[in-house]
Amino acid sequence: MKLYDYVLSPSCYKARLMAALAGVKLDIRPVDFHPGAEHRGPELMALNPAGSIPILEDGDLVLTESSAMLVYLAAKAAPQWLGNDTAGEAARVQQWLSFSHRLTASLGAARLHEMLLRPGNIDVLQGQGTTALRELEAGLVEQHIRGQRFLASDRPSVADIACFPYVALAPDGGVSLDPYPAIRLWSRAIRGLDGFIEMPGIHRLHELRPEPVPGEA
Amino acid sequence: MTRNTMIDGWYPVSLASQLDAHGRRTALMGEPIAVRRGEDGNAKVTGGNGRDLPTCIRYGHVWSSLGDPQKPLFAIPEADQPGRRLVDVGVVRVRCSPLRAVENFLDIAHFPFVHTDILGAEPHTEVQNYKVEIREDEDEVWATQVKFYQPQAAKSAEGGITTEYMYRVPAPTCSILYKTCPPRPGEWDVITLFVQPLAEDLCDVWPWMALFDDETPMTDLIHFQQTIFVQDRSILENQIPGLLPLDPGMEIPTRADLTSVAYRRWLKRHGYTYGAQLVAQ
Repeated sequence: MKLYDYVLSPSCYKARLMAALAGVKLDIRPVDFHPGAEHRGPELMALNPAGSIPILEDGDLVLTESSAMLVYLAAKAAPQWLGNDTAGEAARVQQWLSFSHRLTASLGAARLHEMLLRPGNIDVLQGQGTTALRELEAGLVEQHIRGQRFLASDRPSVADIACFPYVALAPDGGVSLDPYPAIRLWSRAIRGLDGFIEMPGIHRLHELRPEPVPGEA
Repeated sequence: MTRNTMIDGWYPVSLASQLDAHGRRTALMGEPIAVRRGEDGNAKVTGGNGRDLPTCIRYGHVWSSLGDPQKPLFAIPEADQPGRRLVDVGVVRVRCSPLRAVENFLDIAHFPFVHTDILGAEPHTEVQNYKVEIREDEDEVWATQVKFYQPQAAKSAEGGITTEYMYRVPAPTCSILYKTCPPRPGEWDVITLFVQPLAEDLCDVWPWMALFDDETPMTDLIHFQQTIFVQDRSILENQIPGLLPLDPGMEIPTRADLTSVAYRRWLKRHGYTYGAQLVAQ
């Protein structure tokens, strides 16, 4: 399976992360997105007329939408990540997969503006990003009340992987995560998963030592 | 208020390879500037009031100055050696002091914690003794005999090695790192950090490299360096205080910070204080 990849792209990272969690080995083909704009060149435009990356190729199958890649990787190697045990769970997965595009369009665009000087109205993008984060925070709080740690159930699904990267990298675009305790707990739970891999700007969890107990030597 | 002595320095303002007639609007130390390719094919940089600014093209970048540079841009003789691959890494904007960006580049102690499993790894966290001097003739800060254990020091490195470094600061917002070159012992890879000061708390960083590496595809070389720099970016944006303190009462350095201490002393001596905090607040 071949992934046209850019190391700083959160959408590409979704595919890399899902593959790592599912135990799938990807053949990585680095794309000079910045400064070379290779994704707009003839070779990649022929593969994906939208001019975006990632692109995932597996035989005849060519995927250009990251949510489809997550579903494909999970269906092939780790079906428990599809999260379709119940009608409610399956619907929630679809709800958050669709929602994840709003994160890309707001927080992702703010990050590109602030970091790689891409054009955009930064105030509007940050405002839309904040609205999306509040919605996610509310959704995660409701899940906690139901006794569930992840977006669609008590175990992680492709929906969590679709939403996690742009949320975790919100500060790169000048949007703080300080006001969102449920998001921070959820982010911690994802970073603690077996097989988790990081990307630049998303640090791994450092080993936790037990808190010192007062009175004990 | 004394004159900003950094006004007369050279600063990177664009990749030479991306210079076009349409141009790029950017800034130098608060002044809006425009960078484009003129009718004669040369780089043309104009200041806020439309005046022509000095320009030169060197090390993959267009350089300019708001003032009257007394010296040509610093030399990097190794960059002209035949056989090197010249790597335009591309710009990354960081909301931090331009001096903070350079200071972070000079620090080795953070490698195992920020560049984990690439430039460093626990438990190999010790910074061994190294030498630091302000070279009076060249008027540059140098750190030599810097050694550090690295799991993957360069794209061309296989497995962990102890890497030797030299650091050089030839201008207040530029630093050059010389690093053991795995495929060619005896030579040094050249990795630079060229920083364009946009404001005292905002900068565009233009990393650039001149490497002996005939194997690694260019895109991989770019991505390796972008990975390292973007790992630093979130740290840089969260440093407190935002401006680089030049008052020794503000922070307590350790022996591993000798290069930073010399850099700050050198900045203070020259009045290179754009992006610095002079009195502890």
